[in-house]
Amino acid sequence: MRRRRPLADVTVIGAGPAGLAAAVAAAESGAGRVLLIDQTFRAGGQIWRHRDEGALPRKARSLLGRARTAGVWFVGSSTVIDALSPNDLVVDFRGRADHLETAAVIVATGARERFLPFPGWTLPGVTGVGGLQALLKGGLDVRGQRVVLAGTGPLLFAVAAAVADAGARLLLVAEQAPRDRIMRFASHALRNAGRLAQALRHRVAFARTPYRVGTWISRAEGGDRVRTVTVSNGRDRRVLECDWLGAAAGMIPVTDVAALLGCAIDSGAVRVDSQQATSVPAVWAAGECTGVAGDAAACVEGEIAGRSAAGDVTGAASLTLQHARDEGRRFGALLAATFAPRDELRALSDPDTVICRCEDVRLGALQPGWTQRQAKLWTRLGMGACQGAVCGPACTALFGWDGNAVRSPLGTPTCAAWMDGLRPHE
Amino acid sequence: MPSPDVIVVGAGLVGALCAVELAAAGARVTLIEAAFAGGGSTGAAMGHLVVMDDTTAQRDLCAWSRGRWNELLASLPDDAEHDRCGTLWLAANDTELGVASRRAHEYRLAGVAADVIDSRQLELLEPALAHGLAGALLVPGDGVCYPPAIARALVCRATEAGVVLLSGMAVRSVGSSQVLLADGTRLTASAIVIAAGVESKTLVPDLPLVPRKGHLVITDRHPGMIRHQLVELGYLRSAHALDGASVAFNVQPRRTGQLLIGSSRELAGFDVSVNHSIIRDMLARAMRFVPRIGATRAWRSWVGFRPATPDALPLIGPWPAMPGVWIATGHEGLGITMAPGTANIIVAGILGRRPAVSPDAFLPHRAFPNRHPVFGIP
Amino acid sequence: MTNIEVWIDGVPRRSPPGVTVAAALLRYGITAFRRDGHGAPRAPLCGMGSCFECRVTIDEIPERRACLVMVRDGMHVDTGA
Repeated sequence: MRRRRPLADVTVIGAGPAGLAAAVAAAESGAGRVLLIDQTFRAGGQIWRHRDEGALPRKARSLLGRARTAGVWFVGSSTVIDALSPNDLVVDFRGRADHLETAAVIVATGARERFLPFPGWTLPGVTGVGGLQALLKGGLDVRGQRVVLAGTGPLLFAVAAAVADAGARLLLVAEQAPRDRIMRFASHALRNAGRLAQALRHRVAFARTPYRVGTWISRAEGGDRVRTVTVSNGRDRRVLECDWLGAAAGMIPVTDVAALLGCAIDSGAVRVDSQQATSVPAVWAAGECTGVAGDAAACVEGEIAGRSAAGDVTGAASLTLQHARDEGRRFGALLAATFAPRDELRALSDPDTVICRCEDVRLGALQPGWTQRQAKLWTRLGMGACQGAVCGPACTALFGWDGNAVRSPLGTPTCAAWMDGLRPHE
Repeated sequence: MPSPDVIVVGAGLVGALCAVELAAAGARVTLIEAAFAGGGSTGAAMGHLVVMDDTTAQRDLCAWSRGRWNELLASLPDDAEHDRCGTLWLAANDTELGVASRRAHEYRLAGVAADVIDSRQLELLEPALAHGLAGALLVPGDGVCYPPAIARALVCRATEAGVVLLSGMAVRSVGSSQVLLADGTRLTASAIVIAAGVESKTLVPDLPLVPRKGHLVITDRHPGMIRHQLVELGYLRSAHALDGASVAFNVQPRRTGQLLIGSSRELAGFDVSVNHSIIRDMLARAMRFVPRIGATRAWRSWVGFRPATPDALPLIGPWPAMPGVWIATGHEGLGITMAPGTANIIVAGILGRRPAVSPDAFLPHRAFPNRHPVFGIP
Repeated sequence: MTNIEVWIDGVPRRSPPGVTVAAALLRYGITAFRRDGHGAPRAPLCGMGSCFECRVTIDEIPERRACLVMVRDGMHVDTGA
């Protein structure tokens, strides 16, 4: 049987802001064949997930347009499932797996939400904060439905606006970070005119809903779906009836692909230098997989990585880009300091609260003195379909465990697809 | 703390069972575990309880152990995931079916239930199997289990019986009647049992033991797709060839509905990286025998290391070079199955009793006719 | 755009095109995408493919993440609930 063997000069994994910017920069810097892979069907990532390109921010539209002009080849509904080496990826292209030989790789896998378990968090109707937004973008209809949001950081603000715009009855937006930290953050971050305008736009969109800082979710109740939620500010508890609860404890980098390629991970983020190079030769990383700092920083890092991977080291080292990168890193540090999950969020679970959703492992079955591997082998924690993507970060926050080691394959391909992708080259 | 009569090094299944049985016999026992119960060779195992019959010694130890497991597992917690699913040794052709017939005869002579079934019966028993197989050898008393949970429960039982557990404590060295712990503590005992699986060689460097690497793949849940542990009769060829890498079809139905796909064997030191060509061969072979496995989703792969010996038999008994030191390792892929018999031999030896199974074939200092250079033994 | 037909647990339903399978199910009030070991219903959490709570059988292919797949006319979706 003949096999197609795709060859790329630069392969970008993840088509969010960082990946798009990286692919555009690489292509515009003269890299030959630039591939942009994403697990969803359209470029844009989570933040620019869209059905109508016209509704996207200007930066997003511009990058999408430039990607097309520069000949970036977008491959949607595809995931990296394995790697024989950093230059020989195994990609599941919509159910058919194949090798992808590539001279350079840019990992731009973004971030996902951190979920800290609380009683009732497995009830249908309880989603992440970004999770609810992703479902809305996927076509979820919440018109007239009662929604409570309990989370943290700029994403909470953006999702509140999106939920209100979608016609829901947004009852409460609870920000877990304490007031003094929010004030300090505002005085720094909102000096930036663009950020201030965006924050105001969002607040206007959900103007009729109270925004409570220093307030967090403590439990959800219901039978076949969520009916009531309890929020707390440490002094008072308040019970609200609702149809949807979006709850999360901030964002964390997605590092699985980078780890599979052997890249060093520091404190949960891919380690990069000022050129966005990882510890592995010919592998770069950009955007929130290297630290959560928002889409503007991701675009800058993507551009640096794209130029660097295309051989334009001078361009990647330009003062303008490096200055913007430094600013992005400072903003990331400010985000981390402001919106770090408060201690109360680590103590919400009862012994009966599910920690590992895939394998139904409850808090009472775990002991803080264990290691991650011990918990895994003794209780099946993290052994299910998500392979610890949800409970791993939760247990890091709860017990200080180090999370699951990354094992191939990623993304649960069928055995047939995985085997197919591992066939030797002709 | 009064000095113990016996120190057991390693809280895998073998060490935990030794501790439980020594305590039951009235001995003062200290059990030392570098990490946590079942986290070493026990945690790397597939968890089959299977009677193999390469030699009569192997068969007798397996058979006695499997019987003892049935008693033990009856009183162990549910997360032991014991399932007496039986083993089907698949015959690809009439020659292999002939082998199956001979083996069935020998099993029955030894009191182990076994039947030869033809291709039609096989299709009824396992509809997901590919057509065209000649038949199979069915060993209905075999089963599967989840070893780390069993180790945990047994260690719990041992401590309840008075065994002193030193968990998270590495052993730096072992000498006659004494061990030196990583924290500098020196413990003495009249007997020391080395049950550290593939790590035992770091404590007793002259042991004829090498790590034999294996890969495993676990799938998503497909309850009922497969009902028995399935092994190709060609497995024996793979298990015996020490040189090079080999792959044989072996799949277990787990109680979770997942399929655990094996198996591979290679000598690669303690290299924990996944060998992709081996994974590919394992998947290809699994799909050849059970085509529907192609549509299952692979959740994870990992590697483990079997403690292998030159003659494929375990090392069970005293170690003459270090008086007072007893060896209980080297079971290759049969450590879970053979753990009860191993513990019985060790405990009988230490207490001067008669073991349930003859220990002669397993003496650690026996002569090895088929020495292999990788063992580096004189 | 005209609605398309999606079979959900054997029942034909109309769905707008261009939505994810997860959104289509939720639009019909179906919140049990699967059941946990104790029979409790589970539904989408992350919305972006990492939590695997939304996995359903789509066109006889089990364990697909409903949040990552778009509805198609004539598609068959079966929940594990």
